[in-house]
Amino acid sequence: MEVPILKQHDYLIATIQAALTDADLLHLRDALVQRVGKFRSRGVIVDVTALDVLDSFASRTLRDIAHMIRLRGADTVIVGIQPEVAFAMIQLGLNLEGVATALDLEEGLAFLNKQVKSRTLADRTS
Amino acid sequence: MKRADSSRPQEVVVPQNGRPSEPIRLSPRDSAPRLSTVSSRADPSLKLGETRVPIASDLDIVKARQEGRRIASDVGFSLTDLVLIATAISELARNIVRYARNGEIAIKSLSNSVHSGIEIIARDEGPGIKDVDQVMQVGFSTSAGLGLGLPGVRRLMDEFAIQSKLGHGTTVITKKWKN
Repeated sequence: MEVPILKQHDYLIATIQAALTDADLLHLRDALVQRVGKFRSRGVIVDVTALDVLDSFASRTLRDIAHMIRLRGADTVIVGIQPEVAFAMIQLGLNLEGVATALDLEEGLAFLNKQVKSRTLADRTS
Repeated sequence: MKRADSSRPQEVVVPQNGRPSEPIRLSPRDSAPRLSTVSSRADPSLKLGETRVPIASDLDIVKARQEGRRIASDVGFSLTDLVLIATAISELARNIVRYARNGEIAIKSLSNSVHSGIEIIARDEGPGIKDVDQVMQVGFSTSAGLGLGLPGVRRLMDEFAIQSKLGHGTTVITKKWKN
């Protein structure tokens, strides 16, 4: 089940719509890392609202996505982790350390706008 | 053949230790076997209403956790517990794919007059675990990719037991009870 990736101005938005296999997750990772360059995107949003399980593999892959996108010069924010999923992740000892998260798509966009703005400012003053 | 049958107890659920205890009641879905349900004559107390999902690929991991979630939902678990159970199944099934390649996840609803719950058994005939105690102690985090995530599974469930023999495979039995 492939995850659709939408290009929205400077951002890429990947909305996960159903349970993903490990292979699907790795495919999503590679597609995002590649398209950030193709579209010269500044930010990536991965929407996991529809996911009812975020196990160790999914968490690790989301973290890898965020770090790889960072190395490509853009920012990533994970949005829509459900309360029950957050509880299960903590019980498992997973915390997505070093990865930006936001409540929903709207908050995620606000976060990216702020990130991109502060980076542009930093570029000008340096 | 008939003689042998009549000398055996009928298909009733007997307490395993022979001690008089509360009778085990079957939930409605146990009495209506579906295609994937195994109803073993040899040991009804163990096998009745067990759903087995063969595990051989990452697609089967998703299948197993969806099946587990469905059965747990029938038992009446809360949404929070459904996610905990599905996550535990996901971790157990992934260990099978990663370390043993093949195996199965067996899921069964548990019910007696006091409690209801779910039992998840992960079986494989893979390489086995050299030092079970050590595997169960590996740090708190599974995210580093070390260890098997079994301490995490133990935290997600209420009961946890593991048997492993080098070269003969591993069986993990976990249970969760409804509050």
